[in-house]
Amino acid sequence: MGKHVLLIEDEPNIIEAIRFLLSRDGWQVDTHSDGTTALEKVMEKRPDIVILDVMLPGRSGFDILRDIRADADLAALPVLMLTAKGQVKDRELAERLGASRFMAKPFSNTEVLETVRALAGG
Amino acid sequence: MIAFNLLVAICLAYVVFLFGVAFLAERRAARGQGGWLRSSAVYTLSLSVYCTAWTFYGAVGYAARSGLEFVTIYLGPTLVLIGWWWTLRKLVRIGKTQRITSVADLISSRYGKSNTLGVIVTLIAVVGTTPYIALQLQSVTLSFAVFAPESATRWGAGDLNATALTVAAGLAVFTVLFGTRNLDANERHHGVVTAIAVEAVVKLVALMAVGVFVVWGLAGGVGAMLERIEASPLAGMPVVPGRWMGLTFLSAAAILTLPRMFQVLVVENEDERHLATAAWAFPAYLFLMSLFVVPIAVMGLSEMAPGSNPDLFVLSLPLAHGRDGLATLAFLGGFSSATSMVIVAAIALSTMVSNHIVMPLFLNWTRAGATMSGDVRTLVLRARRVSIGAVLFLGYLYYRLTGGSEALAAIGLISFAGVAQVLPALLGGILWRGATRTGAIAGLAAGFSVWAYTLFLPSVGEGAVMGARLLAEGPWGIGWLRPQALFGLEGLDPLVHAVVFSMAANVAAFVSVSLAGFPSPMERLQGAQFVNVFDHSTAGQGWSQGRAEAEDLLLMTQRILGPVEAQGLFQRAAAGQGKQGYLPDITPEFLQRLERQLAGSVGAATAHAMVGQIVGRSSVSVEDLMRVADETAQMMEYSSQLEAKSEELARTARQLREANEKLTGLSVQKDAFLSQISHELRTPMTSIRAFSEILMDGDRLDPAELGKYSRIIHEESLRLTRLLDDLLDLSVLENGQVTLHAQPVNLHDLLDRALAATGSPVGGGGLHLRRDPGAERVVLVTDGDRLSQVFINLIANAQKYCDAAVPELTIRVRAAHGAVAVDFIDNGSGIPAQSQAIIFEKFSRLSDPRSAGGAGLGLAICREIMVRLGGSISYLPGQGGAAFRVSLPLRRAEAA
Repeated sequence: MGKHVLLIEDEPNIIEAIRFLLSRDGWQVDTHSDGTTALEKVMEKRPDIVILDVMLPGRSGFDILRDIRADADLAALPVLMLTAKGQVKDRELAERLGASRFMAKPFSNTEVLETVRALAGG
Repeated sequence: MIAFNLLVAICLAYVVFLFGVAFLAERRAARGQGGWLRSSAVYTLSLSVYCTAWTFYGAVGYAARSGLEFVTIYLGPTLVLIGWWWTLRKLVRIGKTQRITSVADLISSRYGKSNTLGVIVTLIAVVGTTPYIALQLQSVTLSFAVFAPESATRWGAGDLNATALTVAAGLAVFTVLFGTRNLDANERHHGVVTAIAVEAVVKLVALMAVGVFVVWGLAGGVGAMLERIEASPLAGMPVVPGRWMGLTFLSAAAILTLPRMFQVLVVENEDERHLATAAWAFPAYLFLMSLFVVPIAVMGLSEMAPGSNPDLFVLSLPLAHGRDGLATLAFLGGFSSATSMVIVAAIALSTMVSNHIVMPLFLNWTRAGATMSGDVRTLVLRARRVSIGAVLFLGYLYYRLTGGSEALAAIGLISFAGVAQVLPALLGGILWRGATRTGAIAGLAAGFSVWAYTLFLPSVGEGAVMGARLLAEGPWGIGWLRPQALFGLEGLDPLVHAVVFSMAANVAAFVSVSLAGFPSPMERLQGAQFVNVFDHSTAGQGWSQGRAEAEDLLLMTQRILGPVEAQGLFQRAAAGQGKQGYLPDITPEFLQRLERQLAGSVGAATAHAMVGQIVGRSSVSVEDLMRVADETAQMMEYSSQLEAKSEELARTARQLREANEKLTGLSVQKDAFLSQISHELRTPMTSIRAFSEILMDGDRLDPAELGKYSRIIHEESLRLTRLLDDLLDLSVLENGQVTLHAQPVNLHDLLDRALAATGSPVGGGGLHLRRDPGAERVVLVTDGDRLSQVFINLIANAQKYCDAAVPELTIRVRAAHGAVAVDFIDNGSGIPAQSQAIIFEKFSRLSDPRSAGGAGLGLAICREIMVRLGGSISYLPGQGGAAFRVSLPLRRAEAA
């Protein structure tokens, strides 16, 4: 199992924080900030795990997740959803659309690391 | 004994004299002379067509058989005439305003110009009048027979028939000559009326002369006469209340419904005021006519041989005493009575027959239109002439059928009872708005059927139509259907029986069917015209503006009224409209007048149909409908109130719906805002938490990383603080707790400050600025910090959202009308129209991706600030980009 993460997030400081955390843990971290081209990026990079924000410019994270699950090649790809809204209905929607894990911001660094490791191992 | 041939000669001379009178009167009237022709005296005398040969001869016979009962025949008309103000006046007014030509026309016109009713009434009139005409023929024939030489060649049935036929033919000729000279009934038959007035005088004089002779010549004075009456069988004859009431009712009905009475009372009436004279003069005439009836009857009974016909006492008494001259005068009186009745009846019936039967049939056959076919005028005249002949022939036929054997009075009463069936429809029509066409038809049919079954058919003669068995046992042996004892009601006088049952059936059917149905618009209109004739005597049912060709109408009118009259009519109408020539504009008024004029010739229904054929519509116009609507104004009022109420309800419902939508929208916005606030708070907190955890781990961080991560934490903390400040600011502004520090400020300086605060003083921040410093030099007295906050917000928005390749911001200042307007216009794609209304709402945040990052509070704060400052902020559509206008009043402000 490789250690390749694609982080789709638009907030520069959060990108910086997650990249630092995962890189230190030995992950290869690619980032992408635009919702409209996110799916292409996933296909191009073929990461082992996708960390996906909900509020993205151009396209919502939910829409991107739906596309990922609709694609035969990507259907099994582990996806960790991150959202700053943290409302119950968002969590429900994410689960329904097939998110592997769902985390509300602000998150604990340890928790993110453990989740990513778990997703990669499982 | 006067020579029979001499009598015939005298009779002929009298007829020639009448021809002369009629001819002269006609000539004078045509020349516009002879005002006396139109006097109330002539009118009153012409009413005496009521006194027929039946009255002249028959009353004496009646008195000889039944005592004083004959008085009822005069009582009814007297009551009606005395009460003229209530019924006759209305009838005459209706007749004049609607140009009514006959009783059938009146009924037809009243019930929506229904020709069905016209036909029914015409048929009733013909059936009811025919026996009466027969009666006149019989009386003339019998009176001739009285004078016949008592030679070996006694008058046989053949001679009587020949005389009757001759008389009928002679009357037909007279009637045709003077009754169909002109067409328009409103021009009236002056010749006929005058001749009738003369005849009225003759018969009165004759009867009075015989009376005087009997009282003073035979009885020997008034005292002796009274003694003789006392001793006569007449004194002992009982008065039967039922018959008295029934007969009085019948004769009262007769004067209104008999075709000939309607003709002289209504159609030939020149002036409504004549009625006032006739109201006393005609009863007086009737009184004089009846004055000597009893003396003649008493003397006849005592002097003449038993078995002699009491109906002829008026003639036989003078003859028996060798008074040939007096007898001849009496003969002429009887002759006058008979002829005047026949003439007027024939005119009236022929008008009905031609207007309601012949013309409609003709119009039906020539669907192509009244203008296309032959000369309508000739046709109408010919129809009337043929009708007159036919009516008289019918009378003759009836005379032959009944064998001339019936007692005169009986026939007269049967006739009365038949024609009286029209009374409910007539009175109902002029007094009751609710009367309907179907009701009238039902009433007439029911009444007439019962009358025919219980009175007319049994009277034709035993065995002629109804067998004796049927009379005695009822049809198929059903006892309660016996014609003269319906429902087993025996012992009642056959006449009273028939009157009670026929009128009851008539009125019941008329009222119940009228109440059950609903009148058509045309019926409602006509009903209003008739019942309220005194309220609006002018208008009849109107025509709306039509496409009728004036020429077609003229052609048609010429054929009915004759060329001279028609052209005159059209020319006058054209002149009235200020036009030359013969073709006026076809206005509703003109059509109405024309129809009225034509109605005088061919009846209302036919005239309406003829004009309708040309105008293309014969139904109700919009104007009529409006009038119907007027009548139901209350209904409309009520319905409009309902409408207003329902509108109000609809408005309230709409408001509620809007309020609900707004609330729903607000709730959605609030959810979205909370979600947004959550996002805006959580995003910096995520960075802060993540990096502070990294810092807490502490190890393996180089100093550069340490400094960078500390700075991020600091920045994000500031971002959080700003957001909280905004929220508090908005809350404070909204609650009105803000304190303003108003002082004079220079707009130019304020804008400079704002631009500096957003980091774009002179074209910085990627935004190219276009300003006019000259215009900006305006001094305002306001809170400069707050105003500058608004400016900063707008400039920052332009920086954030202007999506042009080379972003530009134009700041335009204009002071006018006591206010200063500052416009901020960028060259981006602007704000979509559907969003312009909500951008100032707090919690609102456009779903535009470019708006990401803002909390959607800026413009809401701007709006609150501007409201506090006494100004406003609005979006300016159509400026080629996003454009906001900030307006402030120029209070205490001066140009710098």
